[in-house]
Amino acid sequence: MVPNIRDIVGYVETHDWGFTQGHRLCPGCNAPMVANWATLAAKSMGYEPVVAAATGCLEVSSTIYPFTSWNVPYIHNAFENVAATISGAEAAYRSLLNRGKIDNDKIKFIAFAGDGGTYDIGLQALSGAIERGHDFVYILYDNEGYMNTGNQRSGSTPPGADSTTAPVGKSIPGKLQLKKSIVDIVAGHEGVYAATAATAEPWDFMRKMQTALEFKGPSFIAMLAPCVRFWRIPDDSGPEVTKLAIETKYWPLWEYNMGVYKVTKKPKTFKPIKDYVAKLGRYSKLMKRQDANEILEELQNYVDAKWDRLLALEEISKDKPIRTKI
Amino acid sequence: MPVKLTVTGAAAVAHAMRQINPDVVAAYPITPQTPIVEYYAGFVSDGIVDTVLIPVESEHSAMSAVVGSAASGARTMTATAANGLALMLEIVYIAASYRLPIIMPVVNRALSGPINIHCDHSDAMMARDSGWIQFFTENHQEAYDFTIMATKLAEKENVLLPVMVNLDGFITSHGVESFEMLDDGVVREFVGSWNPKYSLLDTKNPVTFGPLDLFDYYFEHHRQQEEAMTNAYKELPRVFEEFEKISGRKYDFLDLYKVDDADYIMVVMNSTASTAKYVVDQLREEGHKVGLVKPQVFTPFPKKEFQQVLNGRKGVVVLDRAMSFGKEAPLYSLVKSSLYEVASRPSLGSYVYGLGGRDTTPEMIREAFEDVLQGNLIADEQRYLGLRE
Ligand SMILES: Cc1ncc(C[n+]2csc(CCOP(=O)(O)OP(=O)(O)O)c2C)c(N)n1
Ligand code: SF4
Repeated sequence: MVPNIRDIVGYVETHDWGFTQGHRLCPGCNAPMVANWATLAAKSMGYEPVVAAATGCLEVSSTIYPFTSWNVPYIHNAFENVAATISGAEAAYRSLLNRGKIDNDKIKFIAFAGDGGTYDIGLQALSGAIERGHDFVYILYDNEGYMNTGNQRSGSTPPGADSTTAPVGKSIPGKLQLKKSIVDIVAGHEGVYAATAATAEPWDFMRKMQTALEFKGPSFIAMLAPCVRFWRIPDDSGPEVTKLAIETKYWPLWEYNMGVYKVTKKPKTFKPIKDYVAKLGRYSKLMKRQDANEILEELQNYVDAKWDRLLALEEISKDKPIRTKI
Repeated sequence: MPVKLTVTGAAAVAHAMRQINPDVVAAYPITPQTPIVEYYAGFVSDGIVDTVLIPVESEHSAMSAVVGSAASGARTMTATAANGLALMLEIVYIAASYRLPIIMPVVNRALSGPINIHCDHSDAMMARDSGWIQFFTENHQEAYDFTIMATKLAEKENVLLPVMVNLDGFITSHGVESFEMLDDGVVREFVGSWNPKYSLLDTKNPVTFGPLDLFDYYFEHHRQQEEAMTNAYKELPRVFEEFEKISGRKYDFLDLYKVDDADYIMVVMNSTASTAKYVVDQLREEGHKVGLVKPQVFTPFPKKEFQQVLNGRKGVVVLDRAMSFGKEAPLYSLVKSSLYEVASRPSLGSYVYGLGGRDTTPEMIREAFEDVLQGNLIADEQRYLGLRE
């Protein structure tokens, strides 16, 4: 059952949030929305979330000893191993249930990590955990850079965005490589539920979160969650920016379920990618370059092609799962 | 009734694990540790144990997963060697700081590079400051016994520290030898059940594990880890005593061999102690007053015990199967520093031997003994046994 707005509002009025006040994330940061909504989705469905997080902004800002913003069991281990850590917790859960040492069958495991901890250093652990089929939901809050260490490039940083280890300079226009398509990488494990989401579309996220929680096996949600500080955007504009990302095909909303692709939001008309790029201060140096238009054109062609490909995948995979079990 | 089994050391350790039947085991292969996790996977596969096995994709994930599992309140084990331990090391420190009673046999092997799969203690020494308790074992019996005792010690409420049980690569892990295996029920009763105070799965009382611990508390938490080590040191004699009751085998921090009237003593860990005992016997027959000290507990370092046994002796030679480049060899430096305060310091000599699996013969051991017998020791000189110079 999909939780509806009334249920959730009712729930919030009478229960504690999983992720609560006192954290020290920057004003306007989109990461706490991800933590809030994910734990809320789980709790409002009657589950008891157990959370693990990778090192990054969300983690260092929410658990400054002796305080914690987590109102649910929480573990942070290191930067690259949240998927392995949650594998261990999930295995322990199965074992203790099996041996009758605990009887709580409501627990759901949720892992949070930034893009650095997912696309790059944590990719191996993530792949291993998915391949082994552990039952957990992995939520990537994708702010397209290593923000906790001060805006370095990651495997998710898009070309032309300014970052400190791939700065837009006189001879090199910032990062040259495109962003990895992390959801495709995860989908490549086949026996998995994987989806994109964005802070502009909480309801779409809630629905995907619900599918992920009920999926018996590994699931993954990549949530575009701006870092207002290093994206150089106004504090209150994160969701507005991700809305534009959807409307410009920069960040299509879609999901993959055991081989079946589905686009979950199909805007009737699209805006040019330039509108998105122009909005973000992280591109302002790029926009001043003489070759800015060429770079934008390349990017436009790329997002168009990706969108077309996504529609084609949806078409050919319709009702044709490639797996029925993990 | 205890039974005699004639198997490899890896099988002996796997049997200890089988009898303990932990809730979770993470498995990843590395020579010469591999047979331990293979045996264990076999026990799981055949339904002999009902452990949940996590066949991880790397040692880094093995240690990460056992942290997640142990924090969830499950009795948890894994095993590794050399490069596997090196890959784990970041999380090895984290496991100790979270006070998780994880048990890990380490099958000692040279640390690359260059790559070498044979025995030395460079892996264990790399992890000596990580906050884990470290046992060193001479043979199958000890590897088996200490795995069981490790579980008992690690889970004491005033200890709560992870434990490495070291055994020599190939020599112990792959050598076939007899050992006495206790009854399954006896072991099970000895280790009891594990009911931690805090668990990640206790959703009624949510706990945050692994917070950001800045300059205002980190220091105090490390002080507590030190306290836990002190407690481990105090609890160990009790664990030894309790284990003696079920096995008849009496253990201590130091295994002492013919030391009562000895003027000259050799200190060496693990399997080489067997060769050294043989040489001690020979030298005794020749009328020399020699003896051997084998530390079985390396961390917490039994400083007081070393002081008691070495004070007033004429000469002591310490054999290290690892180097600490640019510094004194690890065991030697600790033995030497423990003797700073004794009333009558022996003369001391440092010998490095057996790196990368180099065979250590009775002749080499004898060479070190001859130096001490002839008073030819220089405390600041590192010497090598069996090295081509
Ligand atoms: C092994 C290791 N390397 C580097 C670091 C330093 N470090 C901590 S957080 C971080 C970046 C995190 O980036 P991301 O995962 O994208 O999360 P964000 O900070 O953007 O929320 C880095 C490089 C570390 N903690 N551990
Ligand atoms: S630096 Fe960015 S990602 Fe980190 S807390 Fe601030 S806004 Fe959020």
